[in-house]
Amino acid sequence: MRQLLTKQNRALLTELVRTDFKLRYQGSVLGYAWSLLRPLLLFAILYVVFVKFLKFGGDVPHFPIYLLLGIVIWNFFSEMTVQSIGSIVGRGDLIRKIRIPRWIIVLSSSISALISLGLNLLVVFVFMIFNHIELTQTIWWFPLIMLEVYLLALGISLFLSAAFVKYRDVSYIWEVFLQAGFYLTPILYSLAMIPSELFQKLIMINPVAQAVQDARYSIVTHETATIHSVFDGGWYSLIPFAIVAVVLVGGLLYFRKEAKNFAENI
Amino acid sequence: MTRQDQDIAVSVNDISKTFKLPHEKNSSIKGALIGMFRGDKGYEKQQVLEHVDFNIKRGEFFGIVGRNGSGKSTLLKLLAGIYSPDSGNVQVNGKLVPFIELGVGFNPELTGRENVYLNGALLGFDRKEMNAMYQDIVRFAELERFMDQKLKNYSSGMQVRLAFSIATRAQTDILLVDEVLAVGDQSFQEKCFDYFTQLKKSHKTVIFVTHDMSNVERFCDRVYVLDKKREVNGLYSIPEAVALYNRLNHELGGVQPEDQEQQIKRTREEIWIDKVSLLDKQGKVAGSFRVGEKMQIKIDLGYEPSFAKERITVGLAFYSRDNTNLAGPNTAKHTYTPSDGPLVFTIDELAFNMGEYRLTVALYNDGYSKQYDLIDKGEPFFVNSTETHHGLTVLKDTWRNGE
Repeated sequence: MRQLLTKQNRALLTELVRTDFKLRYQGSVLGYAWSLLRPLLLFAILYVVFVKFLKFGGDVPHFPIYLLLGIVIWNFFSEMTVQSIGSIVGRGDLIRKIRIPRWIIVLSSSISALISLGLNLLVVFVFMIFNHIELTQTIWWFPLIMLEVYLLALGISLFLSAAFVKYRDVSYIWEVFLQAGFYLTPILYSLAMIPSELFQKLIMINPVAQAVQDARYSIVTHETATIHSVFDGGWYSLIPFAIVAVVLVGGLLYFRKEAKNFAENI
Repeated sequence: MTRQDQDIAVSVNDISKTFKLPHEKNSSIKGALIGMFRGDKGYEKQQVLEHVDFNIKRGEFFGIVGRNGSGKSTLLKLLAGIYSPDSGNVQVNGKLVPFIELGVGFNPELTGRENVYLNGALLGFDRKEMNAMYQDIVRFAELERFMDQKLKNYSSGMQVRLAFSIATRAQTDILLVDEVLAVGDQSFQEKCFDYFTQLKKSHKTVIFVTHDMSNVERFCDRVYVLDKKREVNGLYSIPEAVALYNRLNHELGGVQPEDQEQQIKRTREEIWIDKVSLLDKQGKVAGSFRVGEKMQIKIDLGYEPSFAKERITVGLAFYSRDNTNLAGPNTAKHTYTPSDGPLVFTIDELAFNMGEYRLTVALYNDGYSKQYDLIDKGEPFFVNSTETHHGLTVLKDTWRNGE
């Protein structure tokens, strides 16, 4: 690890993230505010449609925040993976002309997404304060859950960005995946709304669903399903974590194998 | 690490590189699947480099030369670590900074200052090192007043100045320089060459990739020649490399048009020049020779039987590249008849300086009244030297002090 993050690599990572952040909202009037506005506007739409019109989540305490937190986590996951897919190809000019560790490029795009996540979570906490949500001991779980989502997204990002160099279909496939994932993850609805226990279990195997539910439990309300409660604390409840581990290791290995040939394949 | 290892800046150990050339650019999964069914891999393999092996010493100005398509850009990228070899490896002792292009990663939306730091980070310098170099870079580029402006507002000349300034201020052990850097207007080229001279004086390790032999002669200590003809690949001294490179280029060019014209005029009647062979000191046919070494020219004649006992005069002329006749020996004072067999002209110590020469062979009757045949400036031959001599010829000479 120390070898990976040498002074030079750290400097490069910092410069890339800095550049990325400076350039992201280049020429837009509201600038960085868009990092916050985008999820908030999405939240407003979903809130009006699902909470006000369709009366979702009536029995869940603090449902608006419950919904917002789900959106923020999902947004982070999808933003990070989508940005990373094209990151290697997008930096092709650098890769073909200079020797830099390839993974730094993916890492830098992931850090940009992390910064947005941080800003969004700040908004969530402000809402929580206004809603007088009482924090419990379980808040200490929250950073770990975010770390889990990050590692999952990192594994996927490494895999997709490397595959995208060879196959440009990857980005379209991933778009469909994300679209499906958005509805198969309990973001708009609470898990309790699904009548079949089997389906509940199947949905919770997805690490993002598990993370969203557990995050809600840890900071919003204890009256919600968690991976632990869905599987009654059985060994099966470890499946999502195993998936994260497999995806991360698989992504790393695939990326490492392909990285050698990026310069000639781009 | 042994003493010897420490003297070596870059060691290239038996590297080979193959590229996969796709038949058609279809980077889609569908394409790959269809290809799999057809048993078609969808690409052709092209071996660009094969068993390239050499060491670059510390403090050396090392040239890599080759014609277009010889694989020198590939070798450059392998040295820079941009490509990875199929087999073998490249070991670099120290910090290697590649300058394949100036201003890599420059972004028009960032300010001059931001671009300096970004470019620096890409070249492998951390912020502290960049802070130390920053003032120097700005001053050298003469852009003090513009550093907080966006790069897109710079003129192209200013951009190049900034990029070049970063490149030249970079404190590094080994520099990898592509000659394409030295394209551009006259004054920029001069600046580049001044910089190379300065590097050479300060005994930096520089790897210089070029196809311009005048630059090689000006800067390089040793040269690795790369060519599609793999058998000539290897390390050479500068004059050897120059001669070899010239020869390779001529082989590519084929027969000179003027020669062809001559060939057409020549007829094989009465008596004619059948073959002219250049022999080295071992008596083997050669195309290049060394200053001060023995050289022989063997001339075989073809003739009709009636000419067997006829007295014949053979004249030679050696031309330098700029068509100066350097020497014109003939057999006027030597009796020769075709029945004596081939005629051999021996130069005990070749006095021509390194370069390319062409030989003219002419056939006359006794008394020069009739010319039978002429090969005007035939195949070129080359003269090499391990030392640098000035002028067209190299005299066999001694210096003496006192009376």
